[in-house]
Amino acid sequence: MTGPGAVPLGQRINFWIEDGLGAIVRSPVGSRLRRWGVTGKALVASVPYLWLMLFFLIPFVIVLKISFSDSVIAMPPYQPLFSWAAEKVLEIKINLGNYAFLIEDNLYWKAYLNSIFVAGVSTLLCLLIGYPMAYAIARANPATRNVLLLLVILPFWTSFLLRVYAWIGILKNNGLINNTLMALGVIDQPIQMLQTDFAVYVGIVYSYLPFMILPLYANLEKMDLTLLEAAADLGCRPWQAFVKITLPLSMPGVIAGCLLVFIPAVGEFVIPALLGDPGMLMIGKVLWTEFFNNRDWPVASAVAIALLLFLVIPIMFFQRAQDAESGGVHR
Amino acid sequence: MATSPRDPQLKFEPWNDPDAQPYVRIDRVTKKFGDFIAVDDVSLGIYKKEIFCLLGASGCGKTTLLRILAGFERPTAGRIYIDGVDMTDIPPYERPVNMMFQSYALFPHMTVEQNVAFGLKQDRVPKAELAKRVGDMLDLVKLGQFAKRKPHQLSGGQRQRVALARALVKKPKLLLLDEPLAALDKKLREHTQFELINIQETLGVTFIVVTHDQEEAMTLSSRIGVMNHGEIVQVGTPTEIYEYPNSRFVAEFIGSVNMFEGRLAEDEPSYVRIEANDLDQPIYVDHGVSSAPGATVWAAIRPEKMHMSREKPAGDDNWTLATVRDIAYMGDLSIYLLRLASGKVVRITQPNVYRHADERITWDEQVYLHWDASSPVVVLK
Repeated sequence: MTGPGAVPLGQRINFWIEDGLGAIVRSPVGSRLRRWGVTGKALVASVPYLWLMLFFLIPFVIVLKISFSDSVIAMPPYQPLFSWAAEKVLEIKINLGNYAFLIEDNLYWKAYLNSIFVAGVSTLLCLLIGYPMAYAIARANPATRNVLLLLVILPFWTSFLLRVYAWIGILKNNGLINNTLMALGVIDQPIQMLQTDFAVYVGIVYSYLPFMILPLYANLEKMDLTLLEAAADLGCRPWQAFVKITLPLSMPGVIAGCLLVFIPAVGEFVIPALLGDPGMLMIGKVLWTEFFNNRDWPVASAVAIALLLFLVIPIMFFQRAQDAESGGVHR
Repeated sequence: MATSPRDPQLKFEPWNDPDAQPYVRIDRVTKKFGDFIAVDDVSLGIYKKEIFCLLGASGCGKTTLLRILAGFERPTAGRIYIDGVDMTDIPPYERPVNMMFQSYALFPHMTVEQNVAFGLKQDRVPKAELAKRVGDMLDLVKLGQFAKRKPHQLSGGQRQRVALARALVKKPKLLLLDEPLAALDKKLREHTQFELINIQETLGVTFIVVTHDQEEAMTLSSRIGVMNHGEIVQVGTPTEIYEYPNSRFVAEFIGSVNMFEGRLAEDEPSYVRIEANDLDQPIYVDHGVSSAPGATVWAAIRPEKMHMSREKPAGDDNWTLATVRDIAYMGDLSIYLLRLASGKVVRITQPNVYRHADERITWDEQVYLHWDASSPVVVLK
């Protein structure tokens, strides 16, 4: 392998400088892969695709398959979709009954609507609480800003489940709040907070608030503050400048934060199960009951697929908003 | 000069008129940030329809002074008056002042039209009038066809004009411009300078421009205020600042200059003679200087006012021997760097008037450097 300008570096390794191309180290394996159209760039890009295929697409297809089958008392508790009816005859049975059942039984509709309602209210509350917090962090001086951000992220260092359990201790009848109020003589009887909708909202808002604050912070922090000076210069009082400049410019952050809260909150199961009224209809709980209590995997799968469709719509909306954004504002 | 009307009989020099009242009065303004004094006891009077340039290196306090005028900073001491009204405690959104920001600060979520209309909407200008004023202003800055574009769809020069239109459409009593041309490339900058002057003459608005670019200040302004360390060191017309600098700082900051330190040998009312440390012969200046004999003074001579010759000049003053060290040919002129016997390097410029010049002075040649008695400026500090 001695060409012009070759520097032999031993018996096995050859290192040479190609004319006008700078230093390129080549291995026989690399060049063989390249012949097959595999480059380092493609290799790196394929990793997340592989991940998504293994842990999202394949499970999704399995769930989709189960949702079209019939429930049986067996192991596994559903009938196979494909079977050999006779020699050389493949029988494919697609059972749409599970989906029909979801539409017929208004329990599911109510559960979906209630989940969306609870998630929507929680998202709104997160926005109302999170926006001022994100704004304050973004406008704080840099040293304080890092401390405040750390405080927002700090709860993630404890298990989510533990934190929800902690709320039981705070909200229950002989819990922190009731005991304090009783000791102060504000109330005679404990206020029923646990196992109410209130507790569910507290739990969801508390758990998902960081997902609202962080994208909003990222957006507000990069805002050019001379825009506010320009607005003031053109006659805006500070609150008018906020409404006309800061708020519209922070919309991508608002949308991102709302979706990050809304989407997981719709399917939330743990918080209503631990803090909420047992009779509260949430689709996550319904899903759990179908799977583990009723052992009706096909219906449970249909519930899951329908839920996914419900959630894909806001994601598509978000994608379109983002596309419009990147086409509209370059920073 | 920028704002002088084309009729030479009507000179625009309100600062020389004892009856004229300044339109903008900065009265002993000081601004401190902690221990740092950004603006140090500045007093200035700026007249109606002037283009006044605040010129200085970065960190000299010129932008802070501009921000005080806009209302973004409160002065630590002193007052600001605009058209006779004390503005010191008035917030920016109530001042009859608009600013063009260095970064332009265009609202990215609004079209050109909406950006320009923003200030008028804020003032609740009726719809018909608003549309007319926005349209007229966009025509004035030649952006009529770009009205529906967003700022990111415009070039740098177009954005600059949107920023100007947005600030001017409110008909402010005073327009503040923070490095208005800094973000433009050289060709566009020269073109825009003249456009800016035309617009200012059309509308008759008083401009205060902050710049670090002395060329920009020279072409734009009716008067220049040179700032250094938070203080105004000299105020004057571009010619005054260039030809009659009052200190070494101003002489060296504006254009290039050859500075000769020396001792005042003869001090008469009609002339002075300076024994310069670096020169073979004394410097003779044909006007008096208010200083005592023996004092240390500096004579500043501009590169274009020094000449080279192979023949020894007549007389015993205002010449010295020098060797050509370097020549930079710039096309329209050539810059010569000459070394004196003392080792000091002197810079002179010569216009290239003739295309063929076989007799041109060249490298390593020893020449006589000379200048007129009216050329040196004597400064005492």
